[in-house]
Amino acid sequence: MKLRGKVWKFGDNVDTDAIIAARYLVSSDPAFLAAHCMEDVDPEFVKKISVGDIIVAGDNFGCGSSREHAPIAIKTAGISCVVAKGFARIFYRNAFNIGLPIFESRDLWDMVSKGQEIEVDGDNGSIRILNSDRAPLHIEPIPPFMQQLVSDGGLMKHIAKKRA
Amino acid sequence: MTITEKILCHHTDLKEIHPGMLINARVDIALGNDITAPIAITEFRKAGGLKVFDRDKVVLIPDHFTPNKDIDSAQQCKFIREFAREQGLTHYYDVGEVGIEHALLPEQGIVLPGDLVIGADSHTCTYGALGAFATGVGSTDLAAAMMTGEVWFRVPETIKIVFSGKMKKWVSGKDLILYIIGSIGVDGALYKTMEFTGDTIRQLSMADRLTIANMVIEAGAKNGIFIPDDITTAYVAERAKRPYSFYDSDHDAQYADVINIDVGNIEPQVAFPHIPSNVRGISQVGDVKIDQVVIGSCTNGRIEDLRVAAGILKKKKAALHVRLIIVPATQGIYKQALQEGLIETFIDAHAAVSTPTCGACLGGHMGVLADGEKAVSTTNRNFIGRMGHTGSEVYLASPAIAAASAVLGRIAGPEEL
Repeated sequence: MKLRGKVWKFGDNVDTDAIIAARYLVSSDPAFLAAHCMEDVDPEFVKKISVGDIIVAGDNFGCGSSREHAPIAIKTAGISCVVAKGFARIFYRNAFNIGLPIFESRDLWDMVSKGQEIEVDGDNGSIRILNSDRAPLHIEPIPPFMQQLVSDGGLMKHIAKKRA
Repeated sequence: MTITEKILCHHTDLKEIHPGMLINARVDIALGNDITAPIAITEFRKAGGLKVFDRDKVVLIPDHFTPNKDIDSAQQCKFIREFAREQGLTHYYDVGEVGIEHALLPEQGIVLPGDLVIGADSHTCTYGALGAFATGVGSTDLAAAMMTGEVWFRVPETIKIVFSGKMKKWVSGKDLILYIIGSIGVDGALYKTMEFTGDTIRQLSMADRLTIANMVIEAGAKNGIFIPDDITTAYVAERAKRPYSFYDSDHDAQYADVINIDVGNIEPQVAFPHIPSNVRGISQVGDVKIDQVVIGSCTNGRIEDLRVAAGILKKKKAALHVRLIIVPATQGIYKQALQEGLIETFIDAHAAVSTPTCGACLGGHMGVLADGEKAVSTTNRNFIGRMGHTGSEVYLASPAIAAASAVLGRIAGPEEL
């Protein structure tokens, strides 16, 4: 899995109210949720991004509520993956369960600026910053159990496969 | 093993487990609400689900945008109501019987010591107060559990938090958990268990324990847990309608960290905007004028909380410019407050008393804040825009601080009255 896109940077502790405000939880329609993704942090975010762009964030991304609406909004808005210094645990589960790839890197945040292009290689575990002389960054491979979930197409397909 | 490891282990076919292992565990209760259950039900059906694994163990509680705040929320509630009827769920509670989920489930004896509970709501961790393993998950995890009765976990490491000493007057469970979050930060217990123990804990009421366990997610924890004791027995004996088990941590249990705290040094705490770890002691708050006070929620909407608030509000009135909103967390608590005369005290203090709902806590309805407004709230989160406009501010505190602040029109403790 190779994902290439422009970087959008956010800081530490981006909470799920920031990703999708509770006032929009009257719906679980992915397109509706995507239209309001990150609205309270940057009201123009959804208009500015292109399909495939990548969110790069600090520690504890997705903290707060268990709302799966948060990774659904990010994925449906067209973001290809999130690379953060760390993730809150319910967000981490939810992202895998709905098929939004996420990666942990403690170093990337300091090395990239908004708008730079990067390429995340989920198979060999590396991130390249395009148009720079930096060596590729190593990222931790996804644990085997999670890889199985992802390769089966998410948790529910994984379960359907096991029951078949 | 720790209590958490033992409970997880007893819900698998394994003899022993240790932190870092990935396990599939059987769940005793799987919970959803009116926001998270619609996605879970849709996923359940998409995967070919016809019947939930056990109609006594799947619990649906429409408490967030109820009584329905608008047409969209009405549609969501209708969707889960129809599913609950179709599946014949034992534990489905609608308006008139419903309460805030994390107050209702312990009150009704639906969750019990030794249980393994998952809920598509982050504050599911509340039930750790009973000596259960309880953690928040997303809607897809709930869908999987509804189908299979199982859920996967990575066995967490445990941080042991030892509270000792005598609490000062007006210090409550809310102040202890805010103090801890302020000390270790909002990711200080990320992926881990917070196990609460020590002399102070052994004397702490179930209401205070529920408040502490409720907010461990605000430190990033997977679960919070208390070793069951006589106080637990007194709470659950009259409520339980099925067997339950008490677990304890072994003397040689392994901990990732041990934090010792002398509670004698802790004063009432206030979490300033916009993150729950931004705490100050009440003496360090300064002059913060407020527009609204909310007393309620899964954190602090129990009868003990209302008694503290009423004790302070008795024969007093909310300041002229302050809107005071009080939300008993369940119908049972509401009725008891009525019988004890607390509701009359609140109304005489010019409070609006609401039917149980999560509305105000997440900026849904029943007390949404406007631009520039400040609120003192006994709830659990103060993120940007949490209770309304992104230009509003939420200060988290105990019912005692909230009630005193309502009277004085600024953040203050009851000692100033």
